[in-house]
Amino acid sequence: MALLQTEGLTAHYGDFQALFGVDIILNEAEVVAIIGANGAGKTTLMRSIAGILRNAPDMVRFDGASIGARPADEIMAQGVAMVPEGRKLFPSLSVEENLLIGTYGRKTKGHWSLETVYQLFPILRERRNNPGTALSGGQQQMVAIGRALMSNPRVLLCDEISLGLAPVVIKDIYKALPVIKAAGASLILVEQDIGQAMAMADRVYCLMEGRVTLSGSPESLSREAIHNAYFGAMA
Amino acid sequence: MAYIVQTRTRASSVAAVIGAVVLILLICLPFFASRSLILDMFTILTMLVLAQFWNLLAGYGGLVSVGQQAFVGMGAYTLFGVVILGGIDPVAAILFSGIGALIIAVPTAFFAFRLHGAYFAIGTWVIAEVVRLLVAQWKTLGGGTGTSLPREATSDMMFVGWIESLLDVRSAAARDVLAYWLALALAVATIGVIYWLLRTRRGLALAAVRDNIEAAKSVGVDAVRMKWVVFLTSAFGTGLTGGLIYMQKARISPDAAFSLNDWTAFVIFIVVIGGIGTIEGPILGVLIFFLLQSLLADFGSWYLMTLGVLAITIMLVAPRGLWGLLSERTGLHFFPVQRRLVATKPTEK
Amino acid sequence: MIWVDTIIQGILLGGLYGLFAAGLSLVFGIMRLVNLAHGDLIVMGAYLILVLVTLLGLSPFIAVLLAMPLMFALGWGLQKFVLNRTLGDDILPPLLVTFGLSIVLQNALLEGFSADSRRLPTDALTTASVQVGPIALGVMPLLTFASAIVVIIALNQLFYRTSLGRAFRATSDDPVTASLMGINPTHIFSVATGIAMIIVTIAALYLGLRSNFDPSIGPARLIYAFEAVIIGGLGSLWGTLVGGIIIGVAQTVGAAINPEWQILAGHIAFLVVLLIRPRGLFPRSHD
Repeated sequence: MALLQTEGLTAHYGDFQALFGVDIILNEAEVVAIIGANGAGKTTLMRSIAGILRNAPDMVRFDGASIGARPADEIMAQGVAMVPEGRKLFPSLSVEENLLIGTYGRKTKGHWSLETVYQLFPILRERRNNPGTALSGGQQQMVAIGRALMSNPRVLLCDEISLGLAPVVIKDIYKALPVIKAAGASLILVEQDIGQAMAMADRVYCLMEGRVTLSGSPESLSREAIHNAYFGAMA
Repeated sequence: MAYIVQTRTRASSVAAVIGAVVLILLICLPFFASRSLILDMFTILTMLVLAQFWNLLAGYGGLVSVGQQAFVGMGAYTLFGVVILGGIDPVAAILFSGIGALIIAVPTAFFAFRLHGAYFAIGTWVIAEVVRLLVAQWKTLGGGTGTSLPREATSDMMFVGWIESLLDVRSAAARDVLAYWLALALAVATIGVIYWLLRTRRGLALAAVRDNIEAAKSVGVDAVRMKWVVFLTSAFGTGLTGGLIYMQKARISPDAAFSLNDWTAFVIFIVVIGGIGTIEGPILGVLIFFLLQSLLADFGSWYLMTLGVLAITIMLVAPRGLWGLLSERTGLHFFPVQRRLVATKPTEK
Repeated sequence: MIWVDTIIQGILLGGLYGLFAAGLSLVFGIMRLVNLAHGDLIVMGAYLILVLVTLLGLSPFIAVLLAMPLMFALGWGLQKFVLNRTLGDDILPPLLVTFGLSIVLQNALLEGFSADSRRLPTDALTTASVQVGPIALGVMPLLTFASAIVVIIALNQLFYRTSLGRAFRATSDDPVTASLMGINPTHIFSVATGIAMIIVTIAALYLGLRSNFDPSIGPARLIYAFEAVIIGGLGSLWGTLVGGIIIGVAQTVGAAINPEWQILAGHIAFLVVLLIRPRGLFPRSHD
């Protein structure tokens, strides 16, 4: 049985339909990458899984349970944590407080604690008392990831963690992912930039205009197939 | 295919005809109605005008004021001032009421616009309190206990003599009829002005500022100017009404003229229950208000509690008010302001 | 000498106004909601304490301890079932609903208790005064001011040293991301209003001990509270106390010049600050 899966997931913003029946599967200890152009529906997919958008109950299943209609705070308590697009740190909280608030809804003991997060991202220890938003983009991304880890989630949703960061910084951030995977979390990586995502992933899904246009392991997909799935065959 | 912008609807054309008939009836009312009915109608009409101006400010302008009583009071005191100190005829003095209100509206807006949202609301309230406290210091007009219009002024008002002979009534009754007709004229003029305003580009700009001030600015709407125009217009209209109301009462005191309950609470309830942001809403609201008042008038605080609970419930359950509910279900608009793009066939060669 | 005495009385009065304002400031800081019924809730708190004192024969200081959990529950319920439904982008619903609530409360109290002026029973302690040099300071005003300081310190501790306080600040910043942390914003808002009602109860105690109250005085308390919050600057609790002090001093100085000018002087002080520092004296850096 898959750890997390979506079945025929549809999502709307008012009258506008963003997802048209998306099926994805995440197995235990897997890294799944979801790629696609801007507006393809990747973030909508993440928000649906995380509970920010509510859907029909059976459209999203975690560990067998139907969570599609549950709100975000309940889903988080079950062990699905999200690193949101744009980092979304809390300006009124310091770096350390931002990390601590990650445990508000779920206090499960595990590998991740303040101490081990600081070991993963040592620069944060130096900046622990700074306001959350007074850091560089890359450091903020580290805080956002650390914050999500603090609840020792079983599934970590990473929404565009490379957005707006310099290549050198992106490399640094991605170095942390294997450590996170080794500590027991299964990952879904959403990226516009496919290079890093494909290198890490066990399997890839490509979204275009709210539909899955391609899926498989990175090695099995040709460049041309990816190009067509990403942009559409006409492009 | 050519397109025109149209606001007229079938319902509104029918309503216009019915409205004209109703208006003629209302004008003729003093010929066959009792004095108490005339007085009730006077109250209904003046409350309607106050409601329309509050609605313009809050429903269309997005400026929720809890301080309009400042303008009612100021308008009323200006009337008493020019009559008592200047010897001007009370009917003519009504115009001065509007100007008096306008004069304090300028500094009021200056201070209040520094605040936003709920803080703007309370700010207008504070300023109304300041005006009340200052006016209560003015001993010539009665200070804290108030004063009355002198008999020479009221017995000799413009038009009263003519009405006395026209309807064969005594002076006091003629004064009430005069007040009623003035109120009717004011109500018609107010609805006319507001409807016209909303149908012009200014009205469109106003709605844009209310919905999203940044977006409105980005298409060139001068949001600050719009806020001033709406605020001053409301103040002027409210002041005129205050003058008229107190001309009829002929007796004034600061607590009455600047009463929050009478001139703001009731007005807000009327607009909210009837339907905020539409011209029809306050009309429906004032009728319901009056119905409730006649049913519950003997029950003082229960009456107010009922109004309050009704307003709360409507705001939570049907924020567009009773007219909004009705209009959503039936698509009825008697004063349509929504612009629709209508395709027309190009004329044949 | 009389001026020093006047100003000190004003400062102590400012403590009471600071208490009035603290609850208002708390709720606005977390959920951007201004409760126009705030003053009437204070008056209701005073009546609740009065009822407990009369029915159970307790001293007001004990009765207030009983009243606090009751008021917490009331605030919690009010937020959960009524006020939460008004939150959103539109400013009209919270304003109009709380305005309606204010009118309902005033009239309900009128029906229940009549318009007679009441006062909480005072005893030797509460009317005593302490000599400090040439000035006599009332024990009540001192206690009120001290309570205001304790309340603000307690609130700051709550906000900056506890997990709940972190949740308050996070929800105030970004309710959607806060829900990703397992925070239920509607639950947090209800707790916040409940806490605000506890502060309101403390304010009600001192209001009732200090002077007469009746159902109609709520709106004036709201205005003083609001003026203190604006002068202090949105988001600063200590600023709110400073704002209260400024209003208090303006009122006592105004009254010393001419008793009829007391309230007007307070409003004028508010307008002056609004003129020169529209954002208040200690505004939050981001809002």
